[in-house]
Order: sequence, then C-alpha cells, then structure tokens
Amino acid sequence: MPSISRDEVAHLARLARLAVTDDELDLFAGQLDVILQSVATVGDIATADIPPTSHAVPLTNVFREDVVRPSLGQQQALAGAPAAEDGRFRVPRILGEEA
Amino acid sequence: MTSVDELMDYAEVIERFDPVLGLEVHVELHTNTKMFCGCANLFGGEPNTHVCPTCLGLPGSLPVVNGKAVESAIRIGLALNCEIAEWCRFARKNYFYPDMPKNFQTSQYDEPIAFNGWLDVTLDDGEVVRVEIERAHMEEDTGKSLHVGGATGRIHGAEHSLLDYNRAGVPLIEIVTKPIAGTGERAPEVARAYVTALRDLLKALDVSDVRMDQGSLRCDANVSLMPKGTTEFGTRTETKNVNSLRSVERAVRFEMTRQAAVLAAGGKVVQETRHFDESTGSTSSGRTKETAEDYRYFPEPDLVPIAPSREWVEELRGTLPELPWERRKRIQQEWSLTDAELRDLVNAGAVDLVAATVDAGATPAEARSWWVAYLTKEANARGVELGELGITPAQIARVVALVNSGELTNKLAREVVTGVLAGEGEPEAVVEARGLKVVSDDSALEKAVDEALAAQPDVAAKIRDGKVAAAGAIVGAVMKATKGQADAKKVRDLIIARCS
Repeated sequence: MPSISRDEVAHLARLARLAVTDDELDLFAGQLDVILQSVATVGDIATADIPPTSHAVPLTNVFREDVVRPSLGQQQALAGAPAAEDGRFRVPRILGEEA
Repeated sequence: MTSVDELMDYAEVIERFDPVLGLEVHVELHTNTKMFCGCANLFGGEPNTHVCPTCLGLPGSLPVVNGKAVESAIRIGLALNCEIAEWCRFARKNYFYPDMPKNFQTSQYDEPIAFNGWLDVTLDDGEVVRVEIERAHMEEDTGKSLHVGGATGRIHGAEHSLLDYNRAGVPLIEIVTKPIAGTGERAPEVARAYVTALRDLLKALDVSDVRMDQGSLRCDANVSLMPKGTTEFGTRTETKNVNSLRSVERAVRFEMTRQAAVLAAGGKVVQETRHFDESTGSTSSGRTKETAEDYRYFPEPDLVPIAPSREWVEELRGTLPELPWERRKRIQQEWSLTDAELRDLVNAGAVDLVAATVDAGATPAEARSWWVAYLTKEANARGVELGELGITPAQIARVVALVNSGELTNKLAREVVTGVLAGEGEPEAVVEARGLKVVSDDSALEKAVDEALAAQPDVAAKIRDGKVAAAGAIVGAVMKATKGQADAKKVRDLIIARCS
C-alpha cells in the first residue's frame, strides 16, 4: 500500500500549478512514496512523551518593536516585476485560469 | 449573466424557517507598522510605497512579529471574554492568488491566540443577546487588486489586474462567532447589533480605526436556514463586501429571503461566496472558490511560537479601558437616565458626543436635549452621522452657556446652531453676524413695552385691574417688535411692573 496515491500527486501538482504529464505522475508518485516511507520511520521512535516538533530552536515570543523602518521606493519595488502599470504590479486576469 | 432571484416574503420566511448566522469580522489594527515587517501601516498612499522585501515575499527575506500587534490581539481576546492560548503558532495558508505575493498568507490555523469568548449585544429595544465567540486569531491583510477591462471593475470579465501591496502584511485580527441560532425574525438586527457592539468595543480598546468605509473593519456574513422544527443546520452562503452596519442587516435579510425561496421551490442552496451590492441591497454569486479549499496549512517555520505568560496576560488585562457597556451603565447612573433615555442616547450614537458636551460644561440634560432631541433630526434629514454634522461638543456647550447667561433664548440658540451647521463659523461669530443677541438693554425694552401698552389701552387697563393673564398679548407684541430677541419672562416682569 503506497503512502501517496497517483491521484494525490496529481492533485498536489494542480494546487502548485505544475504541469505534470501522465508518465511523470507515475514516476513522481513512486519517488514520493519512497521519500514518505523513509521519513515515516521517525514515527517509529516517537512515543507519547515526545511532542511533535515544528521548530528546532527552543525559542518563543520573538518580537519586534513597533517602529517604522524605511520601505523600498515604488520604482525599486517594481524593478523585478515582469509587468507594471500605474505604479502597480500587472498580472494576467485571475479567474478562468483554473486548471 | 444574472437572473433576478426569487425572494420569499419575510414574514413567510420566519414562519417556515429558522435562520442561523455566523459572523466573521476582520479588523485591521492601527499599529505603526505591519505585522511582520517595519513598513508603515497607513491607509492609502501612492501604490507600492509601503513595501519591502518581507511583505513582497522576496527570496531570503524573513518575517519578525510585531509585539504591539500581539498585545492588541490579547487585549481584544480579553475584552471578548476569551481564554488566551498559553502557546500558539502561526501557520501558512497556501493559495495562488496575486493579492499575496508570497503565495501564502501567514495566519493561525488550529491554535488561535484567543478562543471561547462571548459578547453581549443590545438590540434597539433593549433586548440583550449573548453572541458566543469561537476564536480570534492573528493574520495579515492582503494587497489590493484593481481589475482592469471589465465593465464593472469587478473580477468577472477583467482582462488583467493591477496590484498594490501597501496593505499586504497589515496586522489583521479575525474574530469568528459560533453559530448564532434562535434569533428568528431578529437575525438581521442581531447581525447589525453584533458588528456595532464589536466596533464600539474595538474603538474603546483603541486598537483599530474601525472604519467600515475604509475597510479597517470588514464583516463576512454566513447565513443558512433550517426548516422550522428541525435542528440540523442548512447549507450556508458567505456574503462578502458588506461595508456598513446597515448593509450587514440588509445582506442577512436578503439572503434569508433568497435562500427560503430556493428551498421552498425544492432547490438546494449552493455553498458559495456571495457579493453584496450596496445599491440594490441584493447579493450575487461571487468568485468560485479555489478548487475544494485545499490550503495545506502547516506551521510557519520562520516564526517561533507565541507563549504569552500568565503575568503578561494579567498585565494586559489591567490595561483594558472602561468597556462600552460598563461606561453606559455608569453614565446611566451618573446622569440618572431611565432605560428608555439611555437607549435613545445609544441608538442615536450620541454617547461620546453628549459626554464631551458635558465635559465642556453643559449639564447632561442640556447636552442630551441638543444631541438626541434636536441634532439627531438634523443628521437624519441630511443622511449623515451625528458626528459628521459639522458641529462640535464644545460649540454646543458654548451655545448652552449663552442661553444660561440670558444672552440667547432657546429659539435664538437654535438659529445659532443652524448657522454653525451652515458653516458660518463659531457660535459667537454667528450671533454677531446674524445679530441674534437678546435685547437686554433695559431702556430699549421699556420703550418697546410702553409702546405696546399704548397701542392696546384696553389690555393695559385689564392688567392694571389685576388681570395679569392679559399680559400675554403685550408680551407677544413686544417680542414681535424686538424680532424675538427679547427674553419673554423679562418682558412679562417689566409689563407687570409698568402696570402696577
């Protein structure tokens, strides 16, 4: 029983806007299965007294003072934009591109 | 593309269905800076001028939490009677939509900073409804999209969109109610009263501008219906773009009548986002949701957890100001108001204005009589809020003082206020320009009285015979002669003195 199905891989690819061919789906599903199963071995060691870890450093409450710092100028902000118009980022129309 | 929705008569809706509400309110905090970077948190401004690598999601940038925003979130939670999490994390909500350049929104998922609270809201007739709060969590606002090429400026039919990220990353608190059931025909009113109460509360906490017109307070209204006598919630719709308190009420009411018609015709309510149209008061089907809402939340690796110590929480509890309902209770006692008088004051939205007028020297009764009895009518006639009328509590207090010192009669005072409302300047300037001073010059008044008595000798004779009631006719004549600028009581006293 693989830990990830071909359909799930297809779904994830769609969510990530990746165009994946049928052949690639077979390939990636197999590869991802190996990876997931390898990682799952960690679960064999975890016991009830070991909480799940999301952060490797034992820190909490790292805050910044509420003090304004300089922003980029508009020109600089838009410098890397593929397209811009009226000081704004220009993007293709949003709806209707749903896969 | 749109067909006109069938609607059911409201009375019939109530007869056949029970509405269930769920309200999600987003409030922008008015911190100096954004949630995760030091860019200024300002409304408007030239597009893309309050942006930096962090809020633009540029590679290599890292977020750092604004401590003040966390403080505000905890204070909001406490004021809403919530529990404050001992430990919670931020999470990434992943989606592809250009309003977030990072392709995810930093939010909180199953670990909100505040949860399980309640807010008591008072309806117009004084009935109190307790609204249970599910959670209040921290997140960041999105950028603003401008859809170009469509006929309506809306997303449908647009050829391309333009993005301004000044708002991206502004601290946002999302406050979510538990399902509100059992309010029946008053559901639309409860929805408005809840958002009103929340707005007043956030204003008192001084954490947000709470301007619905500018989007610093936004409400999404979830509405569903269940047939009378059943207990299983129906399919809900979520109405967005509800930009005023009145719209909250209208949107809920519209959805109730629309859904009822769909259900009565044997149809099914589609679970969807709907868009409220202010001009027609109706809702229409909005954007189709991202395929099956799969946001793949996971803990934000770039931000460490937040663990507010109980000492810090208690310290913040100590900073809570007098909350609106506590203040109302105090004011009612201090000013000896009946329940109905307090309700009128609150419904008129005049509590702050009257209090400020009292602070400026008027008595509560004088201040209320101006704001609640007189100026509310003016505001309604002009279709504006009391506070936007163009007259200040200090100005009203000065008019009151002029009346008390005998320089103005009540009638003249109203004329002065009319002048101030018309933009003629300060009360004293209006008095001067319109020549509204009470005629208090005794010799001038005596002359007017003598002339009136001479003009009506029969009346004068009656007064001399002790028929004091007859003096009214002479008072009227004197007031006419002085163009209403005399103090009627003084005139009367003078007439009687002249005739004795």
